[in-house]
Amino acid sequence: MVFQTAFQSTRALLYAYVFHLSIVSMPGFAAEVPAAVLKSQSDRIEAVRKASASTLAVFGPEGGGGGSGVVISPDGYALTNFHVSQPLGNALKCGMNDGVLYDAVIVGIDPTGDVALIKLFGRDDFPVAELGDSDQVRAGDWALVIGNPFLLATDFKPTVSFGLISGVHRYQYPAGTLLEYADCLQTDAAINPGNSGGPLFDVTGALIGINGRGSFEKRGRVNVGVGYAISINQIKNFLSYLHSGRIADHATLGALVSSDEDGRAVVSDILETSDAYRRGLRIDDEVVRFAGRPVRSVNSFKNILGTLPRLWQVPLEYRRDGETKTIRVRLAGVHGAGELAERMSENSSKKDREHPRVDSKSKVKMPEIVKSHFEAKDGYVNYYFNRIEQDRIAQAFAPCREGLVENGDWQFKGEFVTKDVRGPFRVDLGAKIGLANLPSYQGRADFRSSLFEFIDPPGSGGLLVALHLWQRLLQRGIAGFGGLEYIGRVPAIETGSERDLLRGFYGGVEVRFLFNPSGGHLEGMEMFVDEYADPCEVRFDDYRHVAGQFLPHKWVVRHGGQEYGTFEVLNITTSKAVQP
Amino acid sequence: MNGFISKQSKQKFRYLWVAFLLFMLIVRGAAAASFAEKVSQVQPKIVKLYGAGGLKGLEAYQTGILISASGHVLTAWSYVLDTEGIRATLHDGRSYEAEVVGVDPWLEIAVLKISANDLSYFALEHAVRGQVGERVLAFSNLFGVATGPEPVSVQRGVISAVTNLTARRGIFQTEYDGPVYVLDALTNNPGAAGGGLTDIDGALLGLLGNELKNRQDNTWLNFALPVEAIRESVEAIIAGKPQLPPSDKSLRVRQPVNLEQLGLSLVPDVVDATPPFVDAVAGGSPAAAAGFKPDDLVLFVGDVLVQSITSLQRECGRVESGGTLRVLVRRGEGLEKLELETRNPASQIGVSEEAAR
Repeated sequence: MVFQTAFQSTRALLYAYVFHLSIVSMPGFAAEVPAAVLKSQSDRIEAVRKASASTLAVFGPEGGGGGSGVVISPDGYALTNFHVSQPLGNALKCGMNDGVLYDAVIVGIDPTGDVALIKLFGRDDFPVAELGDSDQVRAGDWALVIGNPFLLATDFKPTVSFGLISGVHRYQYPAGTLLEYADCLQTDAAINPGNSGGPLFDVTGALIGINGRGSFEKRGRVNVGVGYAISINQIKNFLSYLHSGRIADHATLGALVSSDEDGRAVVSDILETSDAYRRGLRIDDEVVRFAGRPVRSVNSFKNILGTLPRLWQVPLEYRRDGETKTIRVRLAGVHGAGELAERMSENSSKKDREHPRVDSKSKVKMPEIVKSHFEAKDGYVNYYFNRIEQDRIAQAFAPCREGLVENGDWQFKGEFVTKDVRGPFRVDLGAKIGLANLPSYQGRADFRSSLFEFIDPPGSGGLLVALHLWQRLLQRGIAGFGGLEYIGRVPAIETGSERDLLRGFYGGVEVRFLFNPSGGHLEGMEMFVDEYADPCEVRFDDYRHVAGQFLPHKWVVRHGGQEYGTFEVLNITTSKAVQP
Repeated sequence: MNGFISKQSKQKFRYLWVAFLLFMLIVRGAAAASFAEKVSQVQPKIVKLYGAGGLKGLEAYQTGILISASGHVLTAWSYVLDTEGIRATLHDGRSYEAEVVGVDPWLEIAVLKISANDLSYFALEHAVRGQVGERVLAFSNLFGVATGPEPVSVQRGVISAVTNLTARRGIFQTEYDGPVYVLDALTNNPGAAGGGLTDIDGALLGLLGNELKNRQDNTWLNFALPVEAIRESVEAIIAGKPQLPPSDKSLRVRQPVNLEQLGLSLVPDVVDATPPFVDAVAGGSPAAAAGFKPDDLVLFVGDVLVQSITSLQRECGRVESGGTLRVLVRRGEGLEKLELETRNPASQIGVSEEAAR
């Protein structure tokens, strides 16, 4: 009876009733077709209208080849399949429902997940697809496939097909290529060649997936009622990685999970160099939950893993001898360093019948707008966009560096707290030497030699070196630090909130800086002296403005899955250094 | 209008208001309708079957439907069942060894049994009859997409036709020639055989048939066997009654038309495309009765143009013995329409075939 408050007078009731009658009694209208059907139809028409506006026909620089795509931001970022963009090259042409052909440039790719991010030029008000939640999609829901099948959209007006979601959380094995479809959506809406890269919408017109694959086998390469779409939730995980202009890689646990005779998903092999092994995972442990989702079979484990980018840290729950334990594991890349880039160049030269054939060595000159947004660099798809992200973070970070000068000596005093001890500490950070004076440790590190030699204080994973790199970042900035690249956003395991990850190598160690995406300040860092060793992790907290400087007054240090201790800073002195 | 609403009539309007609310609720419900609920109710009645096969083009899996709480599984009869140790996996991942209870080779169906109880199942006696134009859902593990605890795929479509399957040798090669639901959706893919066809409320309509390819034009038929066409046989199999062939199929012998046996000799096939000239006609033979003469040139068999002895023989090979074959021949300058009775004296099928048409 909440409704009654909406209609406060009987007059309103009467009007509502009369309106109802007028719908029902409209001649030749509701007499045969139930109003519900008409309503459903008009909703569907509206969804198609909305969804068609953001759909792309994707072509090569000379108008050849092609597939589909969908715009996801007003400034023109759009998704398509990697297997569509790959043969077309770095400069693309995209036609939209308004009949206009736009220039576009490649931004980033995820070859394993078969996704590419591109950017269109020419507008800052592109029609945008609303991103849905693919985990809410159920078998039996209606779905819309919109795109450019058989390259019919020569006037760029997309083709619409309609069907059911036939299954969810499907796993499709890699098919001879890199492409693995994990946790994908299955639909019987017609997906034909040319639909690749195009959007799968729910019945309200919300984007739930990117179409890319079908089961064809002996039926020929046309729709046989079984098409697969990469779930939009997987793409959400990778979106920031795609914005980095790099080749995004998927995650591996470093362990093989197989079915045992009872159908449980158990660890059947594990790399001793993997983070999971160091955290205690062993052969025969049953994986119960992974990244917050229940694991019911090997397929469901693969489904979860297949949606995760490398360098994420996620919780894993396992059962051993009837006891369950939760650990947090760092995920390594499926492919080794440079391996994907290498395979990319192999692939482009190799004939692959999954890919539409176009001469990627286009003779057409790159349009000016594309040229000014493209930077070739080894190991990158388009370095321009990595630089854009670095600049964005640097700009937000700049206020945090105010009042800090290069080569200044810093001194921190305060309380060092562990489970058992609480006592005063003092840390001195100079350009050449670092000194630490803790209740249970006194020592120094010489920053002039190889940094990976200093893992002091013991049990911290190399705190002095980590702080040295932190100081370098604050004093010199992101560009001045040198060699940092943007990776993407990773969730903080404690809060789930996202942080921008910059990674670099300096003095023989690897460092990862984690920035707050809205505030711009540094939330944490990780320093690895060895690829296969646990890092020194520092979480910076309790930022305060003191004497014109914005510095954290609480450092939480972890190493090897253990808390090393918390530094509660009471006093900071920064001085201008004597020139060396 | 204002005066129309007296205090007495307010009560009336309250009813109308309630009716209006109900109406809006129905509209909303229908507009947002998803089959998700129905689909999840049907899934526990579908099983994934794994058996023989695994060679290229011969998938080692298909689908079945539960037809009793105690584990009877109805499926299509195929090579997948030609093995010991067929596995049946339920929607929740429970897996059982299935035994073949019996098969009906004429209907190309089989009943299996797993040792389980309290299962969700389709009661065949509650199956419904489908109409042309009716919307349907097809449940099957086509392409083996689902494994373990994953539910099978669901597709939607419309019954395009309710008709008899006309099997033709070399075109639609199947034993079954009874009624079928022909579907507009691509339901009959590898692994789909034995899946369930339901109406949009999840009530059983039929069983998805074996893969059936038209070898002439390489298209595949998407069809299901109506429950009413197979129910009697299924019940007989479960009851352990001996399998009786359908009454009209006693002594049924599958045989293509053989012109030689019908008394028609062609000239020797000596070149690549020897024109199909009649060489001799045996006296008293069906060919003689049809009016064939030596030196007739066969032009059409049925509606198919034959341009050589090879193509004539290929076409005859597609036609079952036991009917009347229309043949067009050129005799001299004229054309003759002949009707060749292809009844094979060794079998009785002709009678039933004719009766059926």
